[in-house]
Amino acid sequence: MRWYWVDKFIEFDSGKRARSIKNVSLAEEHLHDHFPGFPVMPGSLMIEGMAQTGGILLGEHFQFRYNVILAKVPKVTFHSWACPGDQIIYTADLQDARVEGGSVTVTAKVGDRLVADAEIVFVHLSSDDPQLSRIDQKNFVFRMNLLDILTVGKVDTGSADSAP
Amino acid sequence: MPSSEEIFEKVQETLVDALGVDDDEVTPSATLIGDLGAESIDFLDIVFRLEKNFDIKIPRGELFPENLASADSGFVADGKVTTDGIAQLREKMPHADVDSFAKDPQVSRIQDLFTVDMICKFVAARLK
Repeated sequence: MRWYWVDKFIEFDSGKRARSIKNVSLAEEHLHDHFPGFPVMPGSLMIEGMAQTGGILLGEHFQFRYNVILAKVPKVTFHSWACPGDQIIYTADLQDARVEGGSVTVTAKVGDRLVADAEIVFVHLSSDDPQLSRIDQKNFVFRMNLLDILTVGKVDTGSADSAP
Repeated sequence: MPSSEEIFEKVQETLVDALGVDDDEVTPSATLIGDLGAESIDFLDIVFRLEKNFDIKIPRGELFPENLASADSGFVADGKVTTDGIAQLREKMPHADVDSFAKDPQVSRIQDLFTVDMICKFVAARLK
């Protein structure tokens, strides 16, 4: 299983903003237990979707030279639910980007309804950092491999991105 | 140039947001790690917020120097920072209270150099 908590990107403005979609489906088994008779998208997975949206935005800004790791969620507020059939749109705005790491603000909305908003801080680990070897890199480093869900984009020049 | 009270209030607000502490915990003498529970990850968050709140740039390692007196730095002997090491601390952390530290220079006390007051002085120097 791949740890993808966004289904696709719908906007990618390099160094500025990324927007992605998560379709909530009753076919997702965890919703049967969360909660029985009242299926709602778990907040923790929404944070993961927000982090993936923002993490790729930060990673791409530096052409994926760094291993971007979710470091801290200083603030997250859940305002309402996301239920099966809902389409969540995550909008991540890059606030800071520097050699050590970066930060984003992200909203999660269903239509006009605000479901959650958050601030997320990422750090960059170099490839020889011993801490990196302790992390499941396939799933927890926001890297190029996640880009295969990036179907819409703008490169630095503002032209359409031809990458998959 | 804001007054030192204004700088303190803004630093206080910054730390309340970054560390989730109460504002009355953020006193000038409070240490970031010991008193306010900051972890290494929080330092980057604090730098981001200070840059935004004060509209300043803080290059890497200037506010929170990295690898201070690490085992291979040559500045540590018997668990204490050497005289050369203290000189280096004074140079790298001009806004910290190195004089008090020098009286009992145990390596474990280095983290106590990171105080709210040190941040305020750093910011004041940047705003000049």
